Amino acid sequence: MTDIVTTPALPPETASRSLFQLAALRFRRNRAAMAGCVMLVLIAMFSFLGPHFISHSYDQVFPSYVSVPPSFEPRPDASSLQDVIEGVAGRARVDLKEFAVEGQTFTATVTSDKPIDPRATRYFDRANEFDNTQVVATENDGKTLKLTGSVSREYFLFGTDSNGRDLMARVMLGGQISIAVGLLASLVSLSIGVLYGATSGYIGGRIDNVMMRFVEILYSLPFVFLVVVLVVFFGRSFILIFLVIGAVEWLDMARIVRGQTLALKRREFIGAAQALGLTDWQIIRRHIIPNTIGPVVVFVTVVVPKVILLESFLSFLGLGVQAPLTSWGALIAEGANNIQSAPWLLIFPAIFFVLTLFSLNFAGDGLRDALDPKDR
Amino acid sequence: MISFVLRRLASAVPTLFIVVTISFFLMRFAPGGPFNLERPLPPQTMANLMATYHLDQPLWNQYLTYISNAVTGDFGPSYIYKDNTVAELIGKGLPYSIQLGSYALLLALIGGVLAGTLAALRQNSVLDFLIMSVSTVGVTVPNFVVGPVLTLVFAVVLAWLPAGSWGDGSLRFLILPMVALALPQLAVFARLTRGSMIEAMHTDHIRTARAYGLPPRVVVVTHAMRAAMLPVVSYLAPAAAALLTGSAVVETIFTIPGVGRYFVLGAINRDYTLVMGTVVLIAIFVIVFNLVVDILYGLLDPRVRHD
Amino acid sequence: MTDSRETILAVRKLKVSFSTPDGTVEAVKGIDLDVKAGETLAVVGESGSGKSQTMMGIMGLLAGNGTVTGSAKYRGQELVGLPLKALNNVRGEKITMIFQEPMTSLDPLYTIGRQIAEPIVHHRGGTFKQARTRVLELLELVGIPEPKRRIDSYPHELSGGQRQRVMIAMALANDPDILIADEPTTALDVTIQAQILDLLNSLQAKFGMAVVLITHDLGIVRHFASRVAVMRRGEVVETGATTDIFERPQADYTKMLLAAEPRGRKEPPAATAPIVLEGANVAVDYATGGGLFGGSAGVFRAVDGVSIRLREGQTIGVVGESGSGKSTLGRALLRLIPSSGRYRFGATNISDFSRSAMRPLRRQLQLVFQDPYGSLSPRQTVGEIITEGLYVHEPQLSRAERDKRAIEALKEVGLDPAARNRYPHEFSGGQRQRIAIARAIILKPKVVILDEPTSALDRSVQGQVIDLLRALQKAYGLSYIFISHDLSVIKAMSDYVVVMKNGRIVEEGDTDAIFEAPRESYTQTLMSAAFTA
Repeated sequence: MTDIVTTPALPPETASRSLFQLAALRFRRNRAAMAGCVMLVLIAMFSFLGPHFISHSYDQVFPSYVSVPPSFEPRPDASSLQDVIEGVAGRARVDLKEFAVEGQTFTATVTSDKPIDPRATRYFDRANEFDNTQVVATENDGKTLKLTGSVSREYFLFGTDSNGRDLMARVMLGGQISIAVGLLASLVSLSIGVLYGATSGYIGGRIDNVMMRFVEILYSLPFVFLVVVLVVFFGRSFILIFLVIGAVEWLDMARIVRGQTLALKRREFIGAAQALGLTDWQIIRRHIIPNTIGPVVVFVTVVVPKVILLESFLSFLGLGVQAPLTSWGALIAEGANNIQSAPWLLIFPAIFFVLTLFSLNFAGDGLRDALDPKDR
Repeated sequence: MISFVLRRLASAVPTLFIVVTISFFLMRFAPGGPFNLERPLPPQTMANLMATYHLDQPLWNQYLTYISNAVTGDFGPSYIYKDNTVAELIGKGLPYSIQLGSYALLLALIGGVLAGTLAALRQNSVLDFLIMSVSTVGVTVPNFVVGPVLTLVFAVVLAWLPAGSWGDGSLRFLILPMVALALPQLAVFARLTRGSMIEAMHTDHIRTARAYGLPPRVVVVTHAMRAAMLPVVSYLAPAAAALLTGSAVVETIFTIPGVGRYFVLGAINRDYTLVMGTVVLIAIFVIVFNLVVDILYGLLDPRVRHD
Repeated sequence: MTDSRETILAVRKLKVSFSTPDGTVEAVKGIDLDVKAGETLAVVGESGSGKSQTMMGIMGLLAGNGTVTGSAKYRGQELVGLPLKALNNVRGEKITMIFQEPMTSLDPLYTIGRQIAEPIVHHRGGTFKQARTRVLELLELVGIPEPKRRIDSYPHELSGGQRQRVMIAMALANDPDILIADEPTTALDVTIQAQILDLLNSLQAKFGMAVVLITHDLGIVRHFASRVAVMRRGEVVETGATTDIFERPQADYTKMLLAAEPRGRKEPPAATAPIVLEGANVAVDYATGGGLFGGSAGVFRAVDGVSIRLREGQTIGVVGESGSGKSTLGRALLRLIPSSGRYRFGATNISDFSRSAMRPLRRQLQLVFQDPYGSLSPRQTVGEIITEGLYVHEPQLSRAERDKRAIEALKEVGLDPAARNRYPHEFSGGQRQRIAIARAIILKPKVVILDEPTSALDRSVQGQVIDLLRALQKAYGLSYIFISHDLSVIKAMSDYVVVMKNGRIVEEGDTDAIFEAPRESYTQTLMSAAFTA
């Protein structure tokens, strides 16, 4: 069936590429996978760089803006500012003649029967919305004042939560925590799994038997639940959460690496290395590890979303990182509870969460196709 | 066959024992206890409580007592639901979880296998792409997102179905939680089936069947499907165990009185006995389903007959 | 003389192409072929010649990315482009096939009885129960012992040869007009190969169907085919009666193929030549089964008391079928696996050498493997692969010096030195085997154990590799142990032959003596089965 092999004398000079380079080439050709990668980079940038570009911190509470829906318009909007300044003018016992808001500054013209004390500006500053009110011109013997100052107008593109915190800042923080937990926990499971699997596979025999039996027993422990127990009983710090998740997710990794090591041990190039007189350590370093990287990398792309899911599951149950810190899972849980009154609380974190998982999935599939050993 | 089952059940005993032991000590070495409330109890009350539940005894004694009681089916009283034993709580909740879970399992298995087979037979078609996209959604979107979204759409906006609760147990109440529960597993079944079906269609013996002019139906159903079912059957064990022992998330979202909630409630409240009871329950389910799957596997594949 | 027969399958301008990510590949480029009633037509070619794809194309069995154009008429009925339903009336009824891999060609999940019955039931109607008598008859016919018991066996319970017999029974079930046999014996041991071919032959005589034999093995062609079509790179280069092709080949390619049969003899070294490697009473045990908690651990003796002496400049050929222990013997002699017995390397007694004690000696004792795909690490460049031995045994060499040695070694095995910056996957099988040889000889070893070094290669490439090995032996006075199941290669390479079976030596002696006057019946069977004469 597969005997379509063309045998050129020597492949053309320019085409010498390692398997990794070939894999990278194939990966780049896979549009879904590339789109996934770009999306992941964008989401990571949003989560980690985003906070430097917005003025609200994740724990800043805006009592006047509780559960406001998302909008591109700044808050308060022009009409409500009008109401506010009229109230201020009333308190300052002046008449408001003109009022205009442009971006973050306002200009107002106030008049009175008597000359106005310039200290009246403090009435303006007293309102939450206005700041740095200054007199720019005095006209009509001080009976007319032209004022200018800054308006503290807030943008809530994603709306705010029921505590009056900016959801965008919260989603960014949630992204940081979810991504960090995902990567760190995968790293933990990777290190344990590779070490355990490679040891078990390489030593083989009875020790391999015992080590794998242990893994089997651990498999029959109800794991998600064990994580819950661990987190509840040992506390809910960030470090603990990723350590615990990593500590329960290494089993598959260990099995995969062991399988790979066993398969590699039977390959003839390992035999050739032994015949050349390489030591065990040289064989592991020069031959086994480089050849297990492919499947391991692919598996990591499976573990990262799994870990993120597990963390968000914990958060959903209220066992994740503690407030005011948050993660996507915690935000989604909050949104699910307010689904009728404030659906945006569910929609925004869910979009980011699902997009991340989707992208990871596509990137992982692409990686798997790119590293497919069939092309050996 | 019978000796195989007996041997497997015998080998389950040490596994179960190790699971119980690990869980027991893990829990006890953690700080805190079931009666450490936010407002501390008076020392005398505390001491009485501890004595009532034998928590004042050395850990080793407690462990031995627990094990010897557990062997007789006595998993002790729940510390939080004070009027109930753990066995009662689980006995009450389990039928709900099993009913919902078995519906979900059926839905996931039948839907997943059908969708996966269709996708495999029309590989790279629009249908294939659609099925795989939906199943990617199913795999990646967790049920704590799916649940609320389903509620929002079908219960709140369209008002077709009730938003939650067991109700009278009729299908109307079960549809949404069942779908939320089944969707991730359905997606896994679909992907597994598609993958193994495509692989099966490329095997040499399928080529043989085609070369001998067997009708396409026979080639696909008799030869390819049976081979493709092997990995699907393997996945049945974890899927069944996960679905039938209830899901904390789905039961919380849809307020279903199953056992799934106890895992979390027990853990949060440090209800040692309730936690241990649920651990044993899950472990038994896992072991039993693994055994069932091994037997099924043997029926499907003559190369692994157990005799 | 065969010309008077009726043409039952006429192939005209048949093209098979595959669409791959790198463009369309034409596997068959518009060939013409005729199959006449009752004849045996051999389609011969090396891998990639398109011989299998031609038949797959006619039978509508191409992979999903393959397309077939042109014409193939079976008794006037066009098969190319025939709707599946009509095609299925021909497949398995008029034209049947058997394949190379009897292991995977049968469905492992059904009994052989059911699988043989399937084409009967689907083409002739009736139930599986009714077909049972016919199946028993067929099993009897193809020589399956105890058909009544075997009919309910699963494929994995049968041996390779028996599975191929089952395939043949299936092919005969509906009294076909044409039987296409696609490399039917390549995966089998030589002795079984002969039995299967004899069976095919006698069945053909009995039922008179035409047989299309697809093969790369010229020995088989000469013995079984009445006509031959030689294919190369998707084209038929020559067709004719078997005797004409073998005696008066017209096309250059055919001449080259015929000449590629390994030839020549090797003179034995002087009787006074010193012994370089000796193993006495070599035995190797493998543990079988046995789990963590005891279980019934068995011991399988792969090599059982073999003694062998290799003199300087000598080539000992070790022949045997799969499972005879010949490869295990090679590894035991190199002390790569645990084994008992006494071993000497030159004057040194290495019987009790530990792995680390053996390490410095390894540069003088090298090994070349069968599978040129598996024996090179896919993640290293060719340069890294062939200098790995230097890295271990001459660590003082600078990078530049290592590179210089790599260039020399590559030139020596007939490869462009530029190859050292490339990766193994960029080379063909023969080139890879040259790389493996370069890796072995760069250390200037004394002894090289060659484990089926030519078995995975095409005949024409085989000849080149054999020439290379001979030249290297002459240039460096190497001593070889040449392990192979292929008698013609053994005959050309070695001056002393050891015949192994079930871990023991059956017969040994000088090459000429063994080939001309084999004493043991097993050796005689081997010889007659190999069609080398």
